[in-house]
Amino acid sequence: MEFAFNEEQAMIAETVQAFFAENATSERTRAAMEADGIDRELWASFCMELGLSGIGIAEEDGGVGLGMVELAIVAEAAGSQVSAIPLLGLATAGQAIAAGGSAAQKEQWLGALVSGEAIAAAAHAPAIRAVGGRLSGTVPFVAHGGLADVLVLVGEDAAWLVATGDAGVTVKRHTTMDQTRPLATVTLDGAAGAALDFAGARNALHAAGWVCLAAEALGGAQATLERTVQYSTERMQFGRPIGSFQAYKHRLADMMVLIEQARSAVYWAACAVDEGAPEAQLALHCAKAFCADTYFECAGHMIQLHGGIGFTWEHDAHLFFKRATSIRSMMGDGDWHREQVARLTIGEAA
Amino acid sequence: MKLGFSAEDEAFRAEAAQWLQGQMAGEFKDIAGISNLVSKVERRKEWERQLAAHRWSCIGWPVEWGGRDATLAQQVIFAEEYARAGAPNRINHIGVELAGPTILAFGTQEQKARYLPGIAAGTQIWCQGYSEPNAGSDLANVKTKARLEGDEWVVTGQKVWTSLAHFSDYIFVVARSEEGSKGPKGLSFLLMDMDQPGIEVRPIRQMNGEAEFNETFLDEARCPADATLGEPGKGWGVAMGLLAFERGVSTLAQQMQFRNELDAIVAAARTNGKAADPVTRQKIARAEIGLNLMRYGALRMLSNTDHAAIDGAALTYKIQWATWRRDLGELAMEVLGQAGEIAGGEAYEWSLLPNMFLFSRSDTIYGGTNQIQRNLIAERGLGLPREPRGDK
Repeated sequence: MEFAFNEEQAMIAETVQAFFAENATSERTRAAMEADGIDRELWASFCMELGLSGIGIAEEDGGVGLGMVELAIVAEAAGSQVSAIPLLGLATAGQAIAAGGSAAQKEQWLGALVSGEAIAAAAHAPAIRAVGGRLSGTVPFVAHGGLADVLVLVGEDAAWLVATGDAGVTVKRHTTMDQTRPLATVTLDGAAGAALDFAGARNALHAAGWVCLAAEALGGAQATLERTVQYSTERMQFGRPIGSFQAYKHRLADMMVLIEQARSAVYWAACAVDEGAPEAQLALHCAKAFCADTYFECAGHMIQLHGGIGFTWEHDAHLFFKRATSIRSMMGDGDWHREQVARLTIGEAA
Repeated sequence: MKLGFSAEDEAFRAEAAQWLQGQMAGEFKDIAGISNLVSKVERRKEWERQLAAHRWSCIGWPVEWGGRDATLAQQVIFAEEYARAGAPNRINHIGVELAGPTILAFGTQEQKARYLPGIAAGTQIWCQGYSEPNAGSDLANVKTKARLEGDEWVVTGQKVWTSLAHFSDYIFVVARSEEGSKGPKGLSFLLMDMDQPGIEVRPIRQMNGEAEFNETFLDEARCPADATLGEPGKGWGVAMGLLAFERGVSTLAQQMQFRNELDAIVAAARTNGKAADPVTRQKIARAEIGLNLMRYGALRMLSNTDHAAIDGAALTYKIQWATWRRDLGELAMEVLGQAGEIAGGEAYEWSLLPNMFLFSRSDTIYGGTNQIQRNLIAERGLGLPREPRGDK
């Protein structure tokens, strides 16, 4: 038992934080928002130069090994800059293919996803029907779905790989509140779907997705706190820095109390998944519910504590607020995750 | 980063669990499950001695002082098994978790030899003399005076909210030993024998009807000059060091009590059907999440090798648990409904959950109110400017 980063993890954290702080600037993120919601140059250098895009994927499958703790470290750093990159798609689809794909499927996709040549998205797809290996139906709210080359779709009792370039696949991009991760609706009409092992793919997708979102939320929340603390020491009113007023500093303190719990939640969940602990499922639901709420709360405080400037398009506060909003509703909202916690601890509602 | 326990640790768990469960099913069955600190005191003093006799009373201490040099993992395991066995709250927790570690950190060899064996043996119960009528949130505003007379300190003043003073053998007192000094300067940290004519203890009845707290009056009370922990006049540093221990391993044992309380709420909800209500389920889930995060927060704090330099994360712990438990008290009453407002008998005495509901209103006050905690977090954790003071 040693619930702290080891040397390698501390080094990865330092590297990725520096990478995103330097490269995922507000200016570049805003350029991506005006375009299709992805900073391709950033994604290419993340995949090719940093060498961390293969986290959680075995070396023989083209990855770099390691696990959810390291994925969380990366997602936390990416989230702190609201980076416009398809990290969630890589994490979810990549893990689903690694866990539930055939040797041929892994060979076809994992190397290309890790190198950034192909972009992936994943979605819950209960409305998809499979007839004779052909898929039909609509999948709403696919994050970064408008850019994906390959989709992992998880239905009620089956999971599939779908190449978006195939016949019978239509993708409609939506103008989305969070422009750093726009949503799309995918419509399938007799499209080819390659089956994945259902349980393997679904469980890996859930674990990676919830860890990734919770960690992004942690990084984002921490950034809202740091930026607001900075502002509060510079902005003067009544002849004092506004951060010296209790009404102001107590709210910042409350943010820190939430964020420190969120940090425990993210790394508890990531570690529990990596160790195959019996409580991994509980930890994942706790982390997704708590971190998303924390981020939303903190991003809201950031706006309020900045006053009028915090409400402007020019200020970054709305990027955090909108990302927080999308993380809250994505992959199960807080009420749903808390009901899963209740189910695991007190049993079915009956 | 690693959460799992080694085979060696699991063997330690088995040993601890077997012994604790044996005691709670056997000789000490009559005190199993007691969570307050005021009932069956004599039997619980016996339990302290029993723990000591089997070297379970202060496992984190060095072997030479009666401990086991237990690793962090083993201390976590022991706290878990202690609660799982239903062993009663430690009546000498102030001695074992606060006084002892502070003496280990700041005491001379001679002081260690004088005070530690009694704590380790479970024969000397300790209490804490910090707060005064005018030194609450402004703790450094201590007025209790200590003056040297030959080789003795003579101490006069009043302490308040002294938990368990009515059956304690020793008290550690923060007193102003330099006349005319102000604030944190000129204070000394004194270890005093409670059994002397200069000390009088009067119980304070609390809103739950119990009297765990006391007023402690010192009227020319005495202790040897060499019963000063740390340098005379530098007691504030010792007192603050002790608060760091308060945020350390002792939190794990406390969490196990919280676990038992939450389990009792879930059991009540199952019995009266509230466990099926979606709103109640959300609230129970929030409590579950909070308790788990408290556990992993404590493990993170304790695993952090830099934690001697109390970092920001550790500062958030007090307000976190206090607020969580206050909310838990409210949840308990919501689940129990009106049945929770009726005592078991004629006396104004409450069972576990209603008592916790009432008691939890003190959690957000003692040991630094939530408001003081927010100041600490903001000023020390986040580096924000201090609030201007009215007395400077």
